[in-house]
Amino acid sequence: MSIVVNERDIVIPGEALAEGLDFLPGDNTYRENEKIYSKVLGLVSIAGRVLKITPLSGPYIFKPGDKIIGEVIDILMSGWRIKTGTAYTAMLSMQDASSRFIRKDEDLSRILAVGDYVVVKVTKVTSQNLIDVTMKEPGLHKVNGGRIIKINSQKVPRVIGKKGSMISLIKAHTNCDITVGQNGLIWLRGTPEGEQLAAEAIKIIEQKSHQEGLTEKMEQFLVSRTGKKIENYMPEESSE
Amino acid sequence: MIINKETITQLAAVQKRLDGRKLHDYRQPLLIETDISWTAEGSARVQIGETVVMAGVKLSLEKPYNDTPDEGGIMINVELLPLSSPDYEPGPPSIKAVELARVVDRGIREAQAIDLKKLCITPGEKAWFVTIDIMSINDAGNLFDAAGLASLAALKSAHFPVVDEKTGAIDYKQKTEKSLPLRKEPLPVTIYKINNSLLVDPTREEEETAQARLTVASDAKGSISAMQKGGEEPLSIEEVSSIIDLAIEKSAFLRQILTKSLQ
Repeated sequence: MSIVVNERDIVIPGEALAEGLDFLPGDNTYRENEKIYSKVLGLVSIAGRVLKITPLSGPYIFKPGDKIIGEVIDILMSGWRIKTGTAYTAMLSMQDASSRFIRKDEDLSRILAVGDYVVVKVTKVTSQNLIDVTMKEPGLHKVNGGRIIKINSQKVPRVIGKKGSMISLIKAHTNCDITVGQNGLIWLRGTPEGEQLAAEAIKIIEQKSHQEGLTEKMEQFLVSRTGKKIENYMPEESSE
Repeated sequence: MIINKETITQLAAVQKRLDGRKLHDYRQPLLIETDISWTAEGSARVQIGETVVMAGVKLSLEKPYNDTPDEGGIMINVELLPLSSPDYEPGPPSIKAVELARVVDRGIREAQAIDLKKLCITPGEKAWFVTIDIMSINDAGNLFDAAGLASLAALKSAHFPVVDEKTGAIDYKQKTEKSLPLRKEPLPVTIYKINNSLLVDPTREEEETAQARLTVASDAKGSISAMQKGGEEPLSIEEVSSIIDLAIEKSAFLRQILTKSLQ
């Protein structure tokens, strides 16, 4: 009747977390013969009686409402097929891509060509992982200029930070536009030096994602590189 | 990624690169490690940034070719392992692997780097044959320079195995003090042209963006032994001569690191 791990311990799949019925299995855990085991490699988090594991690696799982970045890989009869960096491709239909009227004989590659990158939002995920996305909401668009980097999708929450604190910090110090896709693709646009610094900072966050007080460490890093401290980098109303 | 390619092209025009390097800088760490395998007569592992290449030298006794009865021979194989890049697949060597092997081979062969006559034991009957196997462990760009550097380091670290004088059998488990008869030390350096700027040590994205490339193999004295042009666009005579100057300068830089690592 006891717990055998501590908060923020790193556990491997099959590792026993707790014994007895006092605790409940949460995300990425399962119960077998009165013991709770981990399903994944990750960090333990204990919320009251519920045991959860925050995974350190693994594929991106689609959720409706997620903003992702993808590459157009095919033009279909009435839309585009989008590569998402996972095992599944997404479908962007014509009415979800543009708000203007598209004529019957129009060349779809003039709107989105193969190889273009798009920031889209997941609208529907079926049990068979057929994914529909839209580009019609504010903040969704075709990617122009800048650069795209790829990180482990499980680290995306750390790159954004609590209420967007981390991403605002990087934006303020590097003067870059940064769009983070939940699938781990990140689009940066600013000066070449700013983009370079932002990419470097994001790579550090990806590596040190399990450490505590990362925002303060990143602030130190960015201040030491840019040579100027910026107070109140948080925007009034966070959009992330 | 087309977006990154466009950005690379734009940055090249103002002498900048995506990763913040100067156009003529190699990535760090640039590491050369020799004697990494006990089964090979000579071996080396080269790391340039995230690119990792391993090379091994094997020596065997064979009958010389009929047209050169008093010479040994060299053979170079390249294997691009599927784990080193999402683009590589198992199976027969791809065009890229064949080109890489031939460029490295030509650099060494045409410089007459190995004294093949000294490899001969009995003319027309028995001579040492040198086989270099190059393997890509991780391809993050610039396999040409990494493979050339690894082959030369492996050749320099190679020692002949012990041969039984009565039976003529080779005991590969024991090595003699004798090393390969190297006369010259050619090193290939590949220069890429993006948006009319010349750059060295490209990443994968820069390789895909490049309009043209020229590999120049040169020895310590700066004499050129082999060249190979790649890419879709032509190079002008002025460009070729500035590429050669840059390649010789960079091969001196690589040679310095190689000498330091072998000490």
